[in-house]
Amino acid sequence: MTNMLQSRWWSWGFRSTVMLYFIILIVCPIAGIYVQSLSGGFQAFADNVTEALAWKSVILTVKLAVISTIINAAVGTLAAWVLVRYRFPGRSLLNSLVDLPFALPTAVIGLMILLLLGPRSWIGSGAEALGTTILFHEPAIVVAMIFVTFPFVIRAVQPMLEELDASEEEAAYTMGASKSRTFFRVILPCMMPGIVSGAMLAFSRALAEFGAVVLVAGNIPGRTLVASVYIFGEIESDNPAGAAAVSVLLLTLSLLILWTVNFVRRRRAR
Amino acid sequence: MHVEVRGLNKSFGSFQAVKDVDFSVEKGQLIGLLGPSGGGKTSILRMLAGLETPDSGDIVFHGQRVNDLPPQERGIGFVFQNYALFKHMTVSENIAFGLEVKKWNKAKIKERVANLTELTGLKGFESRYPHQLSGGQRQRVAFARALAPEPQLLLLDEPFAAIDAKIRHELRSWLREMIDRLGITSIFVTHDQDEAIEVADEIMIINKGNLEQKGSPWEIYKDPKTPFVAGFIGESRIVDNIGALRGFGDAAVSSGTRGLIRPEYIEIGRKDEFTQLLSATEAGRVSHIHFRGSEWLVEVEVGGIKLVTYRSLEKEVLHPGEEVQVLVHRAYLFNDSESWVMENKLKADPMFVYI
Repeated sequence: MTNMLQSRWWSWGFRSTVMLYFIILIVCPIAGIYVQSLSGGFQAFADNVTEALAWKSVILTVKLAVISTIINAAVGTLAAWVLVRYRFPGRSLLNSLVDLPFALPTAVIGLMILLLLGPRSWIGSGAEALGTTILFHEPAIVVAMIFVTFPFVIRAVQPMLEELDASEEEAAYTMGASKSRTFFRVILPCMMPGIVSGAMLAFSRALAEFGAVVLVAGNIPGRTLVASVYIFGEIESDNPAGAAAVSVLLLTLSLLILWTVNFVRRRRAR
Repeated sequence: MHVEVRGLNKSFGSFQAVKDVDFSVEKGQLIGLLGPSGGGKTSILRMLAGLETPDSGDIVFHGQRVNDLPPQERGIGFVFQNYALFKHMTVSENIAFGLEVKKWNKAKIKERVANLTELTGLKGFESRYPHQLSGGQRQRVAFARALAPEPQLLLLDEPFAAIDAKIRHELRSWLREMIDRLGITSIFVTHDQDEAIEVADEIMIINKGNLEQKGSPWEIYKDPKTPFVAGFIGESRIVDNIGALRGFGDAAVSSGTRGLIRPEYIEIGRKDEFTQLLSATEAGRVSHIHFRGSEWLVEVEVGGIKLVTYRSLEKEVLHPGEEVQVLVHRAYLFNDSESWVMENKLKADPMFVYI
């Protein structure tokens, strides 16, 4: 068997199968979107993108994704710190719960948030008493994005913290560095690549989120209509070129982010 | 800096790592803490640095009790076993770290870093990252970084453990020279007796949390105070029925006395190689010989007692099975309550002549 696997033909066969799979499943659809969006010529593409509702939805999505990413980067770093550095009952349970947003259907997440923040819940009614509404407004979208992308930063920072040698901190102390100085000069730089790459992935996921957002956003064009829901709407109203144009924007952003993450990781692995 | 330690104790859970350790170190001395792994040496060092809190006892620097001072305020430099260099900083940033903490001005920091890179032979490597350096270079960066803020006391935890044998020798003498030149009080931990003997002014033997003996390497070798020290320093064989050896009959008087004999306490040779002392020798048989690079290691059996000794390459080669004369100059004797060195009686007493 091993002999067979080592033979040139097998290795050639395996490599081609993987390449073919990759091309059919990933490269073709992506290329298809680019072709589709430009099928009516560049002018049509530009018209589709600059259509007020289209680019407003993209701007809104990017803005909310940035907010949720910043919150996730901060909270996620903190959570990773607590999970690695502290020992407390329920720690391992908490650690396994971190991955829950990945496992849950996003529609279920949307429903959970809908019930949690709705006017009949005490959070919803509390907000109403204060004169604001959360549900069907921007805050609800941010909450949905945060929930869905919660694990990224934690899972990226955890290994960096575990890898950090306690003696590096101790060395800083023996040289007179205070705890806060040690944190900012020694510990944070070690976590930084993890925070950056985790945040990048969280951002691109937040850009793309549909299931959780569509239930809680309200989808008012120009105000709470995010890009992925806009794409869905364009398809529903039989305008595939408009859907493709916005898709291309999102796709390009995601590819850029992925490339940056790779770059950051490679620099770290030096 | 003068260092004094009194009644130091430290337990980790039910394991007592350090038991009632007392010692003092004079200014400018280089002290080696030597002992088997897990014996409590590193715990003592970490307590001196303030990285570990003693359960009881006093640590006194310069006549001032420092137990309650955090490591930041003790004025020490610490070189970690794995160097603990800051991975994301270059060599010069690593060295400058302690100086920035002390708020030196930029020009002074630059000068100090340049001095230290020169001193440690790291010139030209200033902008490299730790992962671009060899083990020996990293060790020197760690050393330069610890020295940069001008500490009063330098603590080194197994400084050469992670370096291969050849470079270790070079680094050892380099370190010795450097510490002599700077005149800084230094304490280092090692489990390698050659390292301690070669480098240290004084050695402290630590075993199972106890300070077994403190003294110069020569004192410790010549006059070990406990059986552990005798067995740990140098090579040796323990002989249970030491009284059976010629010249050591007196040792058998008190029962339970055992003897420890080092290879260098023994002379071995054919009859004609001994002149005056032939009377004190005993017949034995060579059981094995091993070539050790610079000498022969000879295993010899004397009346059922197995002994080991060296033999110069200049002398005639002995062969396994050969009958030889063995002269045991002295033995280190010990029983449950005491220990002492005993010279060969026959050698010492010129009246005792029979051929």
